Amino acid sequence: MTYTSFLADYGSRFVDGALVTAIQFLCSLGLAVLVANLFGLMMLSSNPVVRRAAVGYVEFFRGTSLLVQLFWLFYVLPLFGITLDNFLTGFLAVGLNLGAYGAELVRGAIQSVPRGQWEASYALSMSPAQQMRKIIIPQAFVIMLPAWGNLVVELLKSTALVALIAVPDLMFEARQLNSSTYLSTWTFGTALIIYYVFSRFLITPCMRWTERIMARRIGRA
Amino acid sequence: MMEDLSSYPLELVGPDIPMVRFMKVRKSYGDLIVLDNLNLDVAPSEMVSIIGPSGSGKTTVLRMLMTLETINGGVIYVDGKPLTHMPKNGVLVRADAKYLRKARSSIGMCFQHFNLFPHMTALQNCMEGPVLVLGLSRREARERAEELLLMVGMIDKKDQHPSRLSGGQQQRVAIARALAMRPKVMLFDEVTSALDPEVIGEVTNVIKDLVFKHRLTMLMVTHQMGFARDISDRVCFFYGGKIEEQDSPAELFSNPKSKRTQQFLSAVKAAD
Amino acid sequence: MQWDFAFTAEILPKMLWATGNTLLAAGMGYAIAVVIGLLFALAQRTPLRILTYITREIVEFIRSTPLVLQIFFVYYVGPEYGIFLSPWVAGMIAIGLHYAAYLSEVYRGGIESVPKGQWEACTAINLTTMQTYRRIVLPQALPPSIAGMGNYLVSIFKDTPMLSVIGVAELMQAANAVGGQNYRYLEPYTMVGVIFLVISLTAARAIRWFEATVRRKLGMQ
Repeated sequence: MTYTSFLADYGSRFVDGALVTAIQFLCSLGLAVLVANLFGLMMLSSNPVVRRAAVGYVEFFRGTSLLVQLFWLFYVLPLFGITLDNFLTGFLAVGLNLGAYGAELVRGAIQSVPRGQWEASYALSMSPAQQMRKIIIPQAFVIMLPAWGNLVVELLKSTALVALIAVPDLMFEARQLNSSTYLSTWTFGTALIIYYVFSRFLITPCMRWTERIMARRIGRA
Repeated sequence: MMEDLSSYPLELVGPDIPMVRFMKVRKSYGDLIVLDNLNLDVAPSEMVSIIGPSGSGKTTVLRMLMTLETINGGVIYVDGKPLTHMPKNGVLVRADAKYLRKARSSIGMCFQHFNLFPHMTALQNCMEGPVLVLGLSRREARERAEELLLMVGMIDKKDQHPSRLSGGQQQRVAIARALAMRPKVMLFDEVTSALDPEVIGEVTNVIKDLVFKHRLTMLMVTHQMGFARDISDRVCFFYGGKIEEQDSPAELFSNPKSKRTQQFLSAVKAAD
Repeated sequence: MQWDFAFTAEILPKMLWATGNTLLAAGMGYAIAVVIGLLFALAQRTPLRILTYITREIVEFIRSTPLVLQIFFVYYVGPEYGIFLSPWVAGMIAIGLHYAAYLSEVYRGGIESVPKGQWEACTAINLTTMQTYRRIVLPQALPPSIAGMGNYLVSIFKDTPMLSVIGVAELMQAANAVGGQNYRYLEPYTMVGVIFLVISLTAARAIRWFEATVRRKLGMQ
């Protein structure tokens, strides 16, 4: 059997898996961004209860392993009567976990906007919400984009774990093919290359492009 | 573009060979010519100061001699032997790393920003080279380092890390570190430029000591005209990558011939 | 669903023993990563362009693809070529190489943070390249690298549950086994989470302390 005939036979399985991975990726990315902004801002709240809750969330999700969280959601939650679909459980775990890392980025970026910017917008009698929305967040966004570039790649890689709760993603398909064909180099190798292409030739250029656009927009504004 | 090096001697011979000779040395970064056809001899035990506006190529002269910069043309000789090139089959070819390392061992350098090793004490800074490069025993290296630290007045701070020392103190340790390698030629690259005015004296005094007591061959780039005048045997005024004028300090400072030298000196005087 | 304390007490010794294995796996994987990572970093600083390029690509590839897939790859591909690796060996190779790629970036940053003047001073006292690295550059590259190295030590620890997929008897594997035998997942998975949380929070604190100590020891601050 040649690699070409292997691809001809099983290529569609890889495509199916890659699609599921892509959807898992997009869903968990959306959730992670939401979580990151929410808890990132909460960590900067002047209310100590809100602040502590956010810090607790971040420490908890960063301190326990993603795989542990995934298994807990999948195996333990149903014991309390909450049964979630595999697919939902998968991106929920990935999104909540990576969102905690993202929250740190949001907090750090907002804090690194120079003090003078707060003072200048304060001097213009802007409300705190206006200061945040119009002055601080646009600048913080540009500051944290490069770090998000790395985080988004981490997020893609993390979605591979959902295969372990039987979400039929790329990783899952590769494993299935491996156990039915025993062609480990080709199955796992192909999957590795697809992930590589995803992150190196799709995600990274996209993030770079966003960085450039945003930097230019800030420069213009 | 290979340069024809056949006209350069394999080594300098004769009764009066200079300690350092720059022979038609050229240095450029891309299109920017930093040094153009430089010829400069420094005699043994001579103290030569290099002055000039920034961008005139004066620091580059020292950096080339320390082999921190490669040259684009010409040859530099130290103590009669080529530094930037090595003889091979009867002609000079560009020096390889091994030759360069051996050749530059006769040169020591002090930097504007001291460049002491921050993770070592003053004493360790001075022992590192002698132990690793010269192969001295730790005891010999320590004795030599302590002697030099005593000379620069830093013996009581020998166990301090650089972060605990003032700029002037750091520079004095740096001088001791360079001397510990027993160089034949010492290079001082704007060694007082990064110092607060009140500590400049402690560094210049050490250098003065070296000049009057030890008679090393020295090249110094400086912005301090008074200091250059006091201690130099000769002063070179660099302008636009060339030596515009060179003379004894008395002559150059009180009776500059070139218009550019006059302008530079009066501008410096006005700023003081 | 009630928490069963008797069951907790019963499985506790097993879980703690598995925790030892988890720590061992993290430690060994990290030791490999620390050494190989340095080789990756130094290989990118040689004058040999081709070596720099190849190493760069290897590092990028490893960083862009999921660890769990790499673990499968190393474990299953060997036998196709007659190389049979035990789960432990395969796991250590995969996780060690994965984190070597990350650590090489930390080292690179550390080495690049050493000012150019330090290299020049080494030339001026005529040290060889090897001596310059060993005595001057690497000791100074260390303190700024400690935070990053420490973060990856915690990360490698949190990624060890992935080794359970090829049957390394670490904490997650133990929890799976205990849960499967007794049809109780609440206690084992929750315990795994708590153990991870405690260890990673403690480790994070220890690393901050260690960094401050090293800086003080080296007289840098």
